[in-house]
Amino acid sequence: MTTTDDQSVGMDYLESFPRKFLRVYLPLGLIIFFLLFPFYWMAVATFKPDAEMYDYEKYNPFWILHPTLEHIKKLFFDTDYPLWMWNTVIVSVSSTCISLFASVCAAYAIERLRYKGSRYVGLAIFLGYLVPPSILFIPLAAIVFQLGLFDGNLALILTYPTFLIPFCTWLLMGYFRTIPYELEECALIDGATRIQILTKITLPLSLPGVISAGIFAFTLSWNEFIYALTFISSSENKTIPVGAITELVNGDVYHWGALMAAALTGSVPVVILYSFFVEYYVSAMTGAVKE
Amino acid sequence: MAVMAEPVAAQVKRSSLWTRAFESRHFLGAMFMVPAIAILILFLAYPLALGFWLGMTDTKIGGAGRFIGFQNFVSLSKDSVFWLSVFNTIFYTVAASAVKFAIGLYLALLLNERLPFKSMVRAIVLLPFVVPTVLSAIAFWWIYDSQFSIISWVLIKAGLITHYIDFLGDPWNARWSVVAANIWRGVPFVAITLLAGLQTISPSLYEAANLDGATNLQRFRHITLPMLSPIIAVVMTFSVLMTFTDFQLIYTITRGGPINATHLMATLSFQRAITGGNLGEGAAISNAMIPFLVAAILLSFFGLQRSRWQQGGRD
Repeated sequence: MTTTDDQSVGMDYLESFPRKFLRVYLPLGLIIFFLLFPFYWMAVATFKPDAEMYDYEKYNPFWILHPTLEHIKKLFFDTDYPLWMWNTVIVSVSSTCISLFASVCAAYAIERLRYKGSRYVGLAIFLGYLVPPSILFIPLAAIVFQLGLFDGNLALILTYPTFLIPFCTWLLMGYFRTIPYELEECALIDGATRIQILTKITLPLSLPGVISAGIFAFTLSWNEFIYALTFISSSENKTIPVGAITELVNGDVYHWGALMAAALTGSVPVVILYSFFVEYYVSAMTGAVKE
Repeated sequence: MAVMAEPVAAQVKRSSLWTRAFESRHFLGAMFMVPAIAILILFLAYPLALGFWLGMTDTKIGGAGRFIGFQNFVSLSKDSVFWLSVFNTIFYTVAASAVKFAIGLYLALLLNERLPFKSMVRAIVLLPFVVPTVLSAIAFWWIYDSQFSIISWVLIKAGLITHYIDFLGDPWNARWSVVAANIWRGVPFVAITLLAGLQTISPSLYEAANLDGATNLQRFRHITLPMLSPIIAVVMTFSVLMTFTDFQLIYTITRGGPINATHLMATLSFQRAITGGNLGEGAAISNAMIPFLVAAILLSFFGLQRSRWQQGGRD
């Protein structure tokens, strides 16, 4: 991909500021407001005491008069939330590592070893990317049950790679393709084995691709919901999204404060990770689409 | 494709079967594929096949089922809730995808302008896509609350309505509410991927068009759209697939209610299979989604071929 926006001055300087404000900044501001408002609302509800939360007459709903940590405290000490957080971390990290390992090997084999039929296998893996979890979860539930993995972290660690591996492999194939063959040929002549070539030449050169795939895979598994909802039944084994939805609602009583605190604190780790690796994340997202 | 250089000398020197096998790229390739293929066959290909089979059985949770052919589909075809879910799914997909495309393309064009803090703005725009869907859906759930909805409150204060809107209690209100939440989540994906496509269009094309006296609209119509159409096809295919098979938003915000008015095929199959215990029937509902998905993929695939051919590409 060639980014050309830096070199072009174009004819922008012909445009006056008020005109550009109406044409660009105003609509952009409105859209960004629409995109960010739910987060603001989440944060406000997290730190608002119940008295203010359910009384719009006396208190302006947009602001907090007496910020409180009571909802967060309730969430961390009266529920299994810390366990859900721990499970989510374990599951996301393990499934990401497994997927990265499998995908690096597969992408290298498809793209560089070019064994018999590698093109078709590559195509099949891409098709696997298009199979949505919504049509797999029922038979997978039966399989998970048969294997005795039901209601454990391992059920998720082994099933998440089904949507991570196709994505990571597809992305890494694109990265490996950009590394010149000549480098590998030199190494082959020098007597390096294939595994040495992979670990000492191809992988270091495609490190940005591996990071992109890893970050994206991590956020995907952090977000995953339907498998975790189906395969996990006891509270202490749940992940954050599932725990928040199923355990913080007692019949008709919604603990809005705790729910919002769970939503906020469950999002923060992903957002922090994302903010450090925005460029990698974006290149993973756009790279997977552009092939 | 370059021809691989086989190290002939090494082969002569070390000749045990094992080392020779490792010199062969076909054998080595197969070894490298083992982890990925093992996982994908066991947890992707096998369940896909098992799903077809389950859809033709009357399996219940905790018991073996027997083969009943197309019985599940016959009973579903007489089931008004199933047809309602098909209607909802199509409505949800069409409405949300159309708006996501319109706003997404518009936002991409805006972000492609010269802006201060451009990369930060782009990072912020993508946030709804990054944050776990279920967790942001909880925020929407609260925004749509029947008593404490902030939208109702603002509209009342502005004097536009007199009493609180029942967002999730009325069938059509609920449908539009979940569509809005889906749009909110999907717009960043469409916008940022289309932006990446826009950035590959050479500015010299626009300068040439300017010199020829093209208007803004003409430049958009005759340069931006044709150059962008392949990526639009791919992005919208992904977007349609994700929307059609959506589960998280509906399950969090409405659980299919009120009176099944927002049930999608995915949520209905979950309700029948996992909550209700009829694995066979639920699998049949999931299987009923497959023709739609295949149609969407084929449509975009052939559309893509045609546009590539029009632009003089090879494939």
